[in-house]
Amino acid sequence: MKILLTALGDNLSALIDERFGRAEYFAIYDTDINKLEVVKNPFLNDQGGVGVSTAKFTVEKGIDAVISGSYGPNALEVLRASSIKLYKTENGTIQENIDKLLNGTLDEF
Amino acid sequence: MKIAVTSGKGGTGKTTIATMLAYACDNPQYIDCDAEEPNGHLFLKPKIERVEPFNVLIPKINEDICIFCGKCADACVYKALVVMGEPLKKTMFFDELCHSCGACVYVCPVGGALVEVPDEIGKIKIGKTQHIDFVMGELNIGEASATQLIASLKKNYMNESKTVILDSPPGTSCTVVETIEGADYVLLVTEPTPFGLSDLKLSVELVRNMDLKFGIVVNKYEEGNTLIDEYAKEEEIEIIFRLPFSKEFAQSYSKGELPFEKFMSNFRDLLKRIEERV
Repeated sequence: MKILLTALGDNLSALIDERFGRAEYFAIYDTDINKLEVVKNPFLNDQGGVGVSTAKFTVEKGIDAVISGSYGPNALEVLRASSIKLYKTENGTIQENIDKLLNGTLDEF
Repeated sequence: MKIAVTSGKGGTGKTTIATMLAYACDNPQYIDCDAEEPNGHLFLKPKIERVEPFNVLIPKINEDICIFCGKCADACVYKALVVMGEPLKKTMFFDELCHSCGACVYVCPVGGALVEVPDEIGKIKIGKTQHIDFVMGELNIGEASATQLIASLKKNYMNESKTVILDSPPGTSCTVVETIEGADYVLLVTEPTPFGLSDLKLSVELVRNMDLKFGIVVNKYEEGNTLIDEYAKEEEIEIIFRLPFSKEFAQSYSKGELPFEKFMSNFRDLLKRIEERV
């Protein structure tokens, strides 16, 4: 399973970024191979369509689950149209939230 | 002659200045380009003779024949389209991001999969009040951008044989650029407050960038308040007009009335000064 988390930094101890579209980083964790890939949000400074771009990026990356604080309306429409599962978190680090998801203690958005 | 009336900050008195200036002209056409919240009609009280719908073109997707190649989404610089290929097979459109450029339809390789259809985003109202030709744009509730509506007001409804007064939206975004572009003179309306000054600076940057002739109008001017004067002196910008603050004026404004006759000669002088500078 590939999990995408919105993050404020580029490692497992970085905190969750509450915003989906305008998150600083995307932390993509592959639970099959226990590998973390972090990319800087390439759309962060775009003027518009950030939610759409970010959601499209998520779909194209073959993500199975997303963990973020809040999702904008356009991003949500795209993500809901895909089969990606969405989770909501309030705080914590990337590692903590991956663990919570795997333990089944994160709420679906 | 085309005179645009704009401001960085909202509520500084664009409409007051624009309508009073229009009233003082001999052969004016007043165009309310502040289509998100037009209010010139509240003071000019025109008799509306015609109401025309304003349509933009947006793409319509036929998912039955779409091959989900994604060329339309790649062509869209505004990110208004999202295509998801196998196994989802979905093409999604976000109208509030669309700028009606038509690129998506142009690049679509499948005839009929993506076609342009009209979408009404607002109305244009045309009328008259005394000697003033009146035009206003009105964006429908919930629509995101008035830029194309303003472009149409200027292209299809502006009468250049008249003295055209363009009442602009506030700020420095696309709608303002569209309104003031091509104006012979721009009045930057401000008020002598820190907010007024801060946003005036943004407006000055914009009109300088667009290489337009402009001057400052200080509305709600108070004797002894030199905030705007100091800035104007430093930047070597002319303060072309001052409209003093008065409670009486504010009271009549709140009732939808402006002292057009009382200030007629002041605005005639302003018009003369603008003519000298164009």
